[in-house]
Amino acid sequence: MLDNLLLFFQYPPLAIDVILNGLLIGAIFALAAYGMALVWGVLNIVNVVQGELVVLGGYVTFLLVQSGMPPLLGLPVSAVVMFCVGWLIYRAVIFRVVDKDIFISILATFGLSILIQQLANLLFGSEVRTVDAELGSLHLLGGTVTLAWIKILAFGLALVAGAVLWLFLRHARLGQAIRATAQNPRAARILGIDTDRVYAMTYALNAALCGAAGSLAVMAWTIHPYVGLPYTVRSFMVVVVAGVGNVAGVIAAGLGLGALENAAGFIFGVEFQIAFVFALMVAILVWRNARAARKRSHLQ
Amino acid sequence: MSALLEVRGVTKRFGGVVANESVSLRVEKGEIAGLIGPNGSGKTTLFGCITGTHAVDGGDILFEGQPIAHLRTAPIARRGLIRTWQQTRIYDDMTCAENMAISAREAHGGLVALLRPVPAATTRRGDDLLAFVGLHEKRAERAGRLSFGQQKLLEFAMALMNEPKLLLLDEPTAGINPTLINGLIDRLRRANTELGVTLLVIEHNMRVIMNLAHRITCLAHGRVLSEGTPDEIRDDRRVLDAYLGAA
Amino acid sequence: MSRVNDWHIMAALALFGIAAPFLLPGLVTQLAFLWLMVVFALTWDMLGGRMGYNSFGNIVFFGIGCYAAAVLQRDAGLPYFEGLALGLAVGAVLAVLAAIVFGAALLGIRGHYFAIGTLGLGIAAGEIASGWRYVGAGSGLALPLYPGDLGSREFFFCYSLFALAALCFLTCRWLYGTRFGLALNAIRDDQDKADAMGLRTTRIKIFAWSVSAFFLGISGGLAANMIGFIDPRDVAFAGATFGVWMVLMAILGGKGTLWGPVLGAFVFHVTQELFWTYLLGWQRVALGLLIVVIVVFFPQGIMGWLAERRERRGTAA
Repeated sequence: MLDNLLLFFQYPPLAIDVILNGLLIGAIFALAAYGMALVWGVLNIVNVVQGELVVLGGYVTFLLVQSGMPPLLGLPVSAVVMFCVGWLIYRAVIFRVVDKDIFISILATFGLSILIQQLANLLFGSEVRTVDAELGSLHLLGGTVTLAWIKILAFGLALVAGAVLWLFLRHARLGQAIRATAQNPRAARILGIDTDRVYAMTYALNAALCGAAGSLAVMAWTIHPYVGLPYTVRSFMVVVVAGVGNVAGVIAAGLGLGALENAAGFIFGVEFQIAFVFALMVAILVWRNARAARKRSHLQ
Repeated sequence: MSALLEVRGVTKRFGGVVANESVSLRVEKGEIAGLIGPNGSGKTTLFGCITGTHAVDGGDILFEGQPIAHLRTAPIARRGLIRTWQQTRIYDDMTCAENMAISAREAHGGLVALLRPVPAATTRRGDDLLAFVGLHEKRAERAGRLSFGQQKLLEFAMALMNEPKLLLLDEPTAGINPTLINGLIDRLRRANTELGVTLLVIEHNMRVIMNLAHRITCLAHGRVLSEGTPDEIRDDRRVLDAYLGAA
Repeated sequence: MSRVNDWHIMAALALFGIAAPFLLPGLVTQLAFLWLMVVFALTWDMLGGRMGYNSFGNIVFFGIGCYAAAVLQRDAGLPYFEGLALGLAVGAVLAVLAAIVFGAALLGIRGHYFAIGTLGLGIAAGEIASGWRYVGAGSGLALPLYPGDLGSREFFFCYSLFALAALCFLTCRWLYGTRFGLALNAIRDDQDKADAMGLRTTRIKIFAWSVSAFFLGISGGLAANMIGFIDPRDVAFAGATFGVWMVLMAILGGKGTLWGPVLGAFVFHVTQELFWTYLLGWQRVALGLLIVVIVVFFPQGIMGWLAERRERRGTAA
């Protein structure tokens, strides 16, 4: 562990490689986190099934490529398929827990997460899956820094998707209805907004974002049935750090998390990378709480 | 008389909004003090500062001569300074009797003291106080089931159960059936005279506060506008202007 | 009258616990697991139901108990029963210490932040254990062999877990009858109010979690010995099975009631034993579905449903 840490500082190109690759992967986290922030802000639900939606999106692309389609086409298809899946999940379960106690929605989405995770395991097998987008890699600094083109593309696409969504929320009619509902659902209803439909569309949009993130994840990285919960926790962490209504913050925090996680995986060893993600989340919550507590009694 | 509570130049800001600016106020032992002011004048914020919910940005708060501005809510409460809320706060899913039992002063003790059943004397005192506010027949009912007015009375009884030296009441008559208000004023007075509790009351109902309080402080825009006996306040031109929005 | 009922049910359960291994000799291991489930549900409900802190991380204390027993029994060089006793004691102490440390850090966090935070805690613990070589890393640890024959081994663990479940139940029953029980409810209903009334809420919350952790720590040591093997993710820190079952059983029976968790554990465990084998690999899918269905359609639990029914009949009459 210490050796890796020393290596990290003694050999800067290596550190650059680890951090840049982490940043690029972080764009995928940011995309999923943006969806979580949307659902959190509008439906007031912490969507624990978030990561499974990402994984499902990845499987859609994987299956498409298996049947001979070009990988990059997987991205829009995954998004569209997951949009429908999200809409179905909302109609089946989520709409029943929207107004309930927050713990009920957490537990219900947690149940969904176990359900989808195990279904994926049965249907697609527990193997680690990846898709080769056949784009090659970019070599920098004499070959010490290797960046797969698909990661760079994923990074760009994630930013574009975030920007499109932001514009949609600002300017489209439905986007404005979503923002109105987020601010005050009762007032929105009085003004004639069908909040139930807004909730359904928001949840479906979130699923589409997750689908896109999953499609990028399977091309730039790997997926397997049990990798969902880490995505949920990453999204949660990013939203907690950045705040629910802060697009730029979510993107920055997502990228930062990607870099941090990749560096931690390198230093502590890959077997501790997931442990690091979860422990970091706990640490962030504790730190946040300690800060709030200090604010309440500034002299103590 | 000696000051039980002394607020000295307390300032509290929320972001750029100054909710309290250099507010000073004294509550003497044994009196009923009133706090009035138009909506948004900083009365409830001042309560929050005194009881430790808000960290003050400046000034001192002394309770029985000891500084308390740095303490959190629970230690302040244990010194005998209890408040009630405008939107009442009670323990919804517990019965009225349980609400009373856990509000007793003994519950402040350490863990060992908590690991005993509620003493019969505490239960009796709880019942007496419930009877005092007229809720005795509701003692076995879930507190969340009571009407708003009844919940308000329960909260008042719970506060008395805590044997406070000073009780801060935030609009005790708001939302209460007007025909019951006289009874409530009577009970507040009896809590003051018979149980020896000093009161600081926020009240919007002028008839109530003029009847009840010995001395009144009026806030406007976060500052102390005027202070005096009910008669002096009634005749103060500035107070009227503040309420009519001219100030 | 309800008090008499209470004693009757407790006596009947005690009789059942003592006689059942003799009457159902083929089901001794299942009975042992039943008592383990009772401990799980009761300890979860102390926080989740009574205090309103919905923890997904209580499995951590169980895991600590598992590993404490396994490591001590491996390294202490004591005969089986001495090693087991020491392992259980150390497991309980470590679990309580962990509850104090985690409690001080996490119990100030409210609502969904606490739920997700404890979820992270449980998974982080499992991941760390499966990367830590001293405790066997991903391949887990085997426990020493029980010295007696197979039949007596089953009996031993069944009765030990029964005794633990009974002790746990009696402790809960006693605690909920004291001011401490009321304080837990007060924290659940309105923690800011409880603070403003002078209750020492932090201390109360940490103590409640410690009591929970104490029983979970011991149950971990016993369960590890009974199963004979601990895997970091599938036995000790089995968040996806044991960890979720805790929550589910307490809710199914009725959160925040004395008998609810016990009832929930019985119903859940019996259902599981009867139907689980027919699901042929779909068990965990069914678990996910079950959670969703119970939470969405039956959040008040069996006890809550009975109370509602009684009330409705009361108002109708």
